[in-house]
Parts: sequence; structure tokens; C-alpha cells
Amino acid sequence: MPTVQDIEYKDSAARTVEAAEVVQDERMVLNMGPSHPATHGVLRIVLELDGEIITKADPDVGYLHRGDEKIAENMTYTQFIPYTDRLDYLAPLANNVAYALAVEKLLGIHDKLPPRCQYIRVMCAELARISAHLLGLGAFAMDMGAVTVFLLIFTEREKVYDLAEAVSGARLTTSYTRVGGVMRDIPPTWLDQCQKFCDEFLPALAEIETLLTRNRIWVDRVRNLAVISKEDAIDYGLSGPNLRGSGVEWDLRKNQPYLCYKDLEFDIPTGSVGDCYDRYLVRMEEMRQSARILQQCIKKIPGGAENKSKEPIDYASGKILLPPKEKVMTKMEELIHQFMLVTEGMNCPPGEVYFGHENPKGELGFYINSKGGGVPYRLKIRAPSFVNLSIIPKLFQGNMISDTVAILGSLDFVMGECDR
Amino acid sequence: MQTQSEIGYNSKIEGDVVVTTVDAALNWFRKNSVWPMPMGLACCAIELMAVGASRFDISRFGSEVMRFSPRQADCMIVAGTVTYKMALSVKRIWDQMPEPKWCIAMGACASTGGMYRSYAVLQGVDRIIPVDIYVSGCPPRPEAVLDALMKLQKKIGNTPVIENLTITNLKKEAA
Amino acid sequence: MTSTEAAQKIKAKFGDLISELPEFRGEVNVNVADAEQIVDVCKYAKNDLDFNYLVDITSLDNYGDDPRWTVVYHLRGLRNGCEIRIKTSVSEERSKLPSVIKVWTTANWHEREIYDMMGIHFAGHPDLRRILMWEGYPYFPLRKDFPLAGKESQLPGIAFTHTTPMAGGPFVTVAGGNSAQSREPRIRIPETDSLETMSRLERRKEIQEAHGHPKGPGPIEKK
Repeated sequence: MPTVQDIEYKDSAARTVEAAEVVQDERMVLNMGPSHPATHGVLRIVLELDGEIITKADPDVGYLHRGDEKIAENMTYTQFIPYTDRLDYLAPLANNVAYALAVEKLLGIHDKLPPRCQYIRVMCAELARISAHLLGLGAFAMDMGAVTVFLLIFTEREKVYDLAEAVSGARLTTSYTRVGGVMRDIPPTWLDQCQKFCDEFLPALAEIETLLTRNRIWVDRVRNLAVISKEDAIDYGLSGPNLRGSGVEWDLRKNQPYLCYKDLEFDIPTGSVGDCYDRYLVRMEEMRQSARILQQCIKKIPGGAENKSKEPIDYASGKILLPPKEKVMTKMEELIHQFMLVTEGMNCPPGEVYFGHENPKGELGFYINSKGGGVPYRLKIRAPSFVNLSIIPKLFQGNMISDTVAILGSLDFVMGECDR
Repeated sequence: MQTQSEIGYNSKIEGDVVVTTVDAALNWFRKNSVWPMPMGLACCAIELMAVGASRFDISRFGSEVMRFSPRQADCMIVAGTVTYKMALSVKRIWDQMPEPKWCIAMGACASTGGMYRSYAVLQGVDRIIPVDIYVSGCPPRPEAVLDALMKLQKKIGNTPVIENLTITNLKKEAA
Repeated sequence: MTSTEAAQKIKAKFGDLISELPEFRGEVNVNVADAEQIVDVCKYAKNDLDFNYLVDITSLDNYGDDPRWTVVYHLRGLRNGCEIRIKTSVSEERSKLPSVIKVWTTANWHEREIYDMMGIHFAGHPDLRRILMWEGYPYFPLRKDFPLAGKESQLPGIAFTHTTPMAGGPFVTVAGGNSAQSREPRIRIPETDSLETMSRLERRKEIQEAHGHPKGPGPIEKK
């Protein structure tokens, strides 16, 4: 345990240190959570305090553990899709894409998807990224007192919700992708709506930036706070903006490309210091890059807005996806496919795969161990928030209670994903 | 307003006066400022936040003051899955809320456990606390939450207050 | 260096301890025969082969087989982009293997989760306690013989659990059935799931004992 003298404090805390020296051995245990202002979900941290300074922090997760992995062993692959929505519930479209790609890797078709389907999925994933980063930013800012930001981001998020509702029917829990494709094609006006969103979103983001990025109070509160070094970030298994904020250039979209990311131009922002401010800046820039990706996809999507050329949107195979209803009602083979898919699920080969997807929070990975048949033998969800939270004991130590909100906000985790 | 009724006052002399029952007045105050305590646990919490944001504005109903302290709140909106690990915390927070208090179970998970039929999920928050309004949906649309709030307001409006006050009960026992 | 080369180097270094498993979907898998040596293999992988990122540790319950537990490590080298999967097995009587926390700190929470869900102990872990369920919960939920509905438990003041009403249970097919009859979706009982790889005709007797009826499913309540 580092003593009070080993840790460097900012100036304003030095006075507290001198006062605290007197009561050095009297530590107080404070319980933070599980019900604290709901922005970060149900996380409980047991803090051991020495005055205002935290000497030990022990996060207690599991308050939202719903048993997803056990449920997955009792569901066919398609039946599990709604559960993936509720993992990172700020970016449900991204989780859907991640899961569908994992099962498709098991089937061996994840690189054989038709291009229109790939573009639609990329657009969904990037919209989800914008939506999740916006709320992470809003929650972060609101916890620090900047409540205006929270309301501003919700205006933009409502536009993303409108887009999600247009394409899948639901605002939040979309369940949009299917193994082998997507549920249905995008509506004809969707691309225009998307373009309009991008045109309105970038100025709104600039407006939010004027409120925060150069704000004296904001910078003072998050600069040089909770610095995570490169080695620590890799050692603790961080991923996503947390890893890139510490300077590690690793993004699954560039390093292990999937879908059509190879054909798209975008940059990966990385931080240099690894403090909360860097992670905030990385997320802001990622949103801008996502908007850039969206605009490219809008121009490049095969078939365009109305898909007049009837580009396929799924890997049409009666053994994986439900056949079209007209054929099911009239042809024998499709009827049998429909029956087998609904009762037994798609017949996946025995084997195991791991697929990691670049989710807004980090790397969402699905490890599927299949013994054949339509139900996985074991489905493990590698949740980025679970791994990101493990660094909290290290980050909290030596900081003050008011810094905890800043650190938690900058780590940007979601308990639905962490606890599954 | 100007009334000339049997009650026997002249509004021109005594000013604009509204005559009503004490219950109606008290309930009117209560229902138009229901301060929710958002027990935001999972995805429904995000829709609850959307209800509080500008588009669906819960502030129109007097409820934008989302008090995270149970002692200052009227209505607990359980938004999200209640797991067994969380159940006793929810109960404790409910117990800390002062009367009069109401509960809205928002979403399928809070109402009945939702689609999580597993070893770790409490099958409905009404197993540990009394629920007034159930909102279905996964997650319910913000309009549905506002509809629930309006139904709650109607329910509050119909609650007899004076005859349930402690002092009234004490007087009845003494008598 | 590619993943296959890395696997070959590991095999060259550790000899008989390592067996290479067939590549599936472009993923390289390696099996470590003795779970006690897993730390040495991981140290070699990290220090010499530059697998500096531990993606995930998973556990499998091979219910009905021996050894019952398989622990799966997913390694990745961030500098070269290689990935490799290392598997090792532990028998149920032992249920213990050394922790790799000294190699990658991220293993801390992964191993705690495996202990919580499966009941496998990790020797050398500084703080092996439950992470997703609460301390004092008497069962290990992800085991195959633990029902999805859960079991009753009471820890006054901390938590309680009840059995979830399942109305007959998840009505779904089972993994690995090798005949149409064994793949039929029907009421499942964990004890018979592990037998599903055999055709139902072959194991009619076991079904009768478990369900109470040779054709199963029997009454909704498990006998």
C-alpha cells in the first residue's frame, strides 16, 4: 500500500495531505452505490478513505447479472439476438452486428456477405458508435456538473433513435441483424435521413465542444487525472477508446478488418498522455470519424437508397436464414427449411470461434463453442466494460472522491455489458 | 371566477375563490409535482433519461426533478431488470422513501422479470415492493412512461387523504 | 510471425506437453496437456512470442466427460496482430489450476468470474472471490447440472433466490445431438443433456429413468 507521501498530489490537495497526516491511520470505509445517480448503472464501489483521499477501492459488480450466458445455452442462435441488444444498451445495433458476425464466422460465411448487407451493417455500427459516445459524454459531463451537455446530446440521440426506428422498428432494442444478413432492407428515405443527421450532427458536436474542450473548469478537473500508461493499458486488457487514449494504436476495424471497413477511409485517434482528458478527446474525434464513415457509406452503398437493382441483403441460404414466405407457402424445400430453422435452429458445424468486434466501449467478443446443432454449447461474451472496470482499484488510489466521478465517466462503461 | 351560489358569498367582495374538498386540493398538489426517484438499473433507464430530456419532457408534468435521494422523492420508477443481488437494495431504498409514495414498474423486466427467466433475475419487482402502475414494453416508449405518469396522477387524484392521516386515525381510536 | 509459426515455436519449446489442434476458421488452437504448466507456457508466449494482450479466459463444462473443465485462453500480440488460443483441461476432483495473473494482470477478474460461474479454483490468485454473484451464494451457476431456473437460497440481509417458474423449461433443441430424434426440441433436463449425443433410441433406458417415461418428456415437474 503506498503511503500518503509516495503519491503526488495537486497543489490544492497538499493542504489536505498535511491535515490528513494527523489522522493517517484512521481510515473510513464508504460505500458508493449500487444505486447512485443512474447514469452509470448499478456499480458498487467500496472505498477506503483517508480523509478525502481514497486509499483503496474495490468495485463490486454483478448487480445486473442476468445470466445471459446460461440463457444462451438454452436458445437457438437467432433466439439469442434480442439478448445481445441489452448488453451495451447504448449501442444495440453494434452488439447485433457483433453477434451476427460471430455466428457467421462459425458458419464460415462472415466474409461472404453481400456488399449491401455489409454497408448497412457498417452504417448501423457507426450510428451506434455515435449514439453511445454521445451518451457517455453526456453522462460524464452531467456528473461533473455540466448539465446542458446532457440535454444537448439527447437532442442528437433522438435523431439516431429516429433512424434506428425507421430501419428496425424499435428505438432502443433493435434486434436488427440476423445471422446471414439483416432483418429487412433500409427504407427508401433512410439514406437521406442519415445524410441530414450528419449535416446537423457535426455543428451540434462543435457546439458541445465549445462548452467543454477549452473550458477552464473542465480541463482542470480532468487533465492529468488517472493516467493509464501504455503498458498498463495493455496489461489490464483495456480496449476501445480507453486503450487508444493511452497511445496504443489498436482498432479492430483497421487491424483485423471485417465487413467493408477496408474500403472506407477513416482515421483512428489516439491519445498521448492517457489521462481522462485524452480519453474524452479520443471519443469526440471518434464521433467525427464515424460521421465521416457514414457519409462515405451513404455515397458508396451498392444499390443506393432504393435498391432498384435488387442487391441481396443477406446470404440467401435456406439453411441459415428463413426463406421468403411466398416460397415457404408454395414450395416443399423451403417449407422444410423453415420448419428446421424454427424448431432446431441453423445447423452449425462443431467447433469453436472467437470474434472480436470494435464496439463503442471497446472490444466486444463472442466465443462460441458449438457441438453442432442450433444451440451453442457455450457462449462466452467478452465484455469490454467488464475488463475496463478492473483497472479501477489502480486508478482510484491516491485520488479524491470528487475525482471518482470523473474517472468513472472517462472510462465509459455500461453495466449491462459488464455483468451480462 | 364569479359565482353566485347558495354558499353565500359574493365574489365581487371576497375575491376569486375556488371551493373544493381538502382531499381534492391536497391531491392536486401532490399529483402535479410527483418527484420521481429513478431506480435506473438497465436499458429502461436510458428511455427514462429520454423522457427527462427535451423531446419528451417530463417537466411538463412537474416531474423533472429526478431526486436520487429516496428521502426527497415521491415515486420510485423501477426501470430495468431487478436481479436477486440488487433486490434487497431496492427494497431498502423503497423503505427509506417517506409516505406518500408510489411505484411505477417500468418495462417488462421490472414488471415480471421480462425475457430473463434465469437463476439471477427477480421475476418482477412486485415481489418485494407494492407497485402502482405497470408499464409494458421492452423498453417502453417514452410516451408510454408519460402515459403511466398520467395514470398515476389520476390514481393519486382518487386517493382519500384526510381519512387516512395519522391524526385522523388517532382521533378515531380515541373516540 | 504468424499464428501458426507461434504455435510451432511453442510446440518446439515445450515438446510433448503441447499438442496442436486442427485449425478452424483460421484460428490456431494449442492444447496444453498438464494444467500445472500453463503459467510457463503463458510466460513464454508473452515474453518470447510477444503475445502481450490477454483477450479472454473462458471455461467450459464438459459434463459427462473427464476431465470436466476446460479453460481456454485467448492471446493476442498487439504489435504483430497474431492470435492464438491455448486450451487446458482440469479434472473435477482437482478443480484447480495456477493463475496467470502474474503474466497478465487482466486475468484477475476473468479468473474470478470463472471461479464464480464454474467453481474452478486458481492457485496463486490474490483475491479469489465471487464477482457476479454474491459471497455466500452456494452454487456455481454455469455448470451444466445447475438448472437455468436456479435454486432456492437464502442469505438474510444480503440476497435471496427463488426458482424461476419455467412452465416446463426451455423448449429448445440441444447441442450436439447426432440424430434427428436427439435434436428434437423438447423439455430438457440437465442430466439427460449430456447424453444427447447418442441417439434417443440408444439411450431409451436413461431417458426413462430421468423423465419417467421411455419416450420422454415426462411430467412437467422433474422427478
